[in-house]
Amino acid sequence: MVNKKFKFLPHTADIKFQAFGKSLEEVFENSALAMFNSMHEGKIKETKILNIKIDGNDFENLLYNFLEELLFLFDTEGFFLSKIKNIKIDKNKMTLEAEISGDNAEQYEIHIDVKAVTYNDIFVKKENDKWVAQIVLDV
Amino acid sequence: MKIKKISKSIYEIQKEGCMNVPAIIYASEDILEQIKQDKTLEQVKNVACLPGIIKASIGLPDAHQGYGFSIGGVAAFDLDEGIISPGGVGYDINCGVRLLKTNLSKKEILKIQEKVVEALFRKIPSGVGRGSKFQVTKREFTKILEEGSKYIIEKGYGVKEDYLNTEEEGCMKEADAGKVSERAIKRGIGQLGTLGAGNHFLEVQYVDEVYDEKAADVFGLKKEQVVIMIHCGSRGLGHQVASDYIKEMEKKYGFKNLPDRELICAPIKSKLGEDYFEAMAAAANFAFANRQLITHWVREEMKFLFPNVKIDVVYDIGHNLAKFEEHIIEGKEKTICVHRKGATRSFWPGRKEIPENYRKIGQPVLIPGSMGTASYLLVGSKKAEELSFGSTVHGAGRVMSRHQALKQKKGEEVKEELHKKNIEVKSGSMKGLAEEMPGAYKDIDEVVNVVDELGISKKIARLKPLVVIKG
Repeated sequence: MVNKKFKFLPHTADIKFQAFGKSLEEVFENSALAMFNSMHEGKIKETKILNIKIDGNDFENLLYNFLEELLFLFDTEGFFLSKIKNIKIDKNKMTLEAEISGDNAEQYEIHIDVKAVTYNDIFVKKENDKWVAQIVLDV
Repeated sequence: MKIKKISKSIYEIQKEGCMNVPAIIYASEDILEQIKQDKTLEQVKNVACLPGIIKASIGLPDAHQGYGFSIGGVAAFDLDEGIISPGGVGYDINCGVRLLKTNLSKKEILKIQEKVVEALFRKIPSGVGRGSKFQVTKREFTKILEEGSKYIIEKGYGVKEDYLNTEEEGCMKEADAGKVSERAIKRGIGQLGTLGAGNHFLEVQYVDEVYDEKAADVFGLKKEQVVIMIHCGSRGLGHQVASDYIKEMEKKYGFKNLPDRELICAPIKSKLGEDYFEAMAAAANFAFANRQLITHWVREEMKFLFPNVKIDVVYDIGHNLAKFEEHIIEGKEKTICVHRKGATRSFWPGRKEIPENYRKIGQPVLIPGSMGTASYLLVGSKKAEELSFGSTVHGAGRVMSRHQALKQKKGEEVKEELHKKNIEVKSGSMKGLAEEMPGAYKDIDEVVNVVDELGISKKIARLKPLVVIKG
């Protein structure tokens, strides 16, 4: 597929995926969608909107912190991500701002407990004109 | 990669590249072939590159690919030269197993099997997003982090014998709640007394076979007796503690010389290394308290179903921990830091860490099977001192990815198959059930036979499930 947002890779016990995007913002967005897709595949309603701010020290760390914040919101507020409405990354300051929408997790059957984002085999890189990120989630 | 057979079930990968010590794999020929299918061996080798590692990086027969360190791995470090690594413990700090014994027989459960499964499913929160009904203030929560299951037992959720029969008596004394972030506390405070999901479970089992009657008698078990197994960990609190310290250690020490970024670590004798250990101990205490609270609810519910039931703790032990322990290294007793990630401590008779009532025969080792297969009770033995820094396996170990499992079977089919074997299962998610199907794991009987033959722990009894509550 030409416009595939993400793909899952084989892993014996955990979840491993690659996300793609035309821009850094898009690859971050698709990484977040991949993570929530591994927990529940169906459509998620947009009943809540939140704004988040993240900082990091390199692309991988910024992505790690971004996904971890989403897991934190999931665990503490039951927030299940539907869409990333707006996302802005400042590459110099290594900061991210996003407006995200989602629904109460209790409304959905969630079959996997994503415990954490890991640094295992992690990368965020530009290949030709496309961005690719790789992540392993501990489940 | 060159793998040399040393003797039956012992393989060595010699030092190469950045490795400071060799890697040792304990496995049968069949299991070794399965282990070779993914990146397990590469990960065991990577751990051998860490500074201050002693003797060897060890892969046990249940080893499988993890993140950074493999699962089913043991690595011990010198206190002066060595490191402590959150990735070598895992995100689910003190994920572990508790075994309860009852005065019920298999027949009594079978009579009202469906009622039992429904009642326990209702009572014990499981699955993702199902919070706990147990509410505590932040002050009390801090006490739980520092005093573990002892604290909640003193509040009325158990009896003294419960913590006496728990590893560390249910409390790692080094715990410091001040080293646990607000974020971690926020994630964990609503999750005390919950199973979580994935491979976590609560099972009503019966003793199917006894291999050593004398030892079984010391643990108070006999054939056909009903036991209850609880498998869960420190939930969001532990996950956040691991993430927090991985990030702190990265900031301070970087990852340039590491073969994988997930192997981030700090010197044992550094402020950050010490802080992590004290936070890890607090998360471990949360996990002990978590299993204690579930024990209390199991007692309440079973009492309702069986008014004369008596339920006692056999033992409770973690399989994701780092510990400071005394071991004989090159002929001398020395304190070292043993990381066990998906590995169980297996201490031999006489060790002071074993509860007094068991000390003569050795520490109980609890090995949960995959859903619908047998679990085992073993006992620690002296050979573990020589071969594995007093460690043994923690389960069967996965062999099939979740994705493959989903392609093979639907949750409903798995449930039906188990029903035909007289096992009743209930889970919040049918898909989750399929992902954890018995075929996704190695053969637990073979895994346990390898450690029994090697002598790093000895078989005492096999336990088979009757009722399964799946996270």
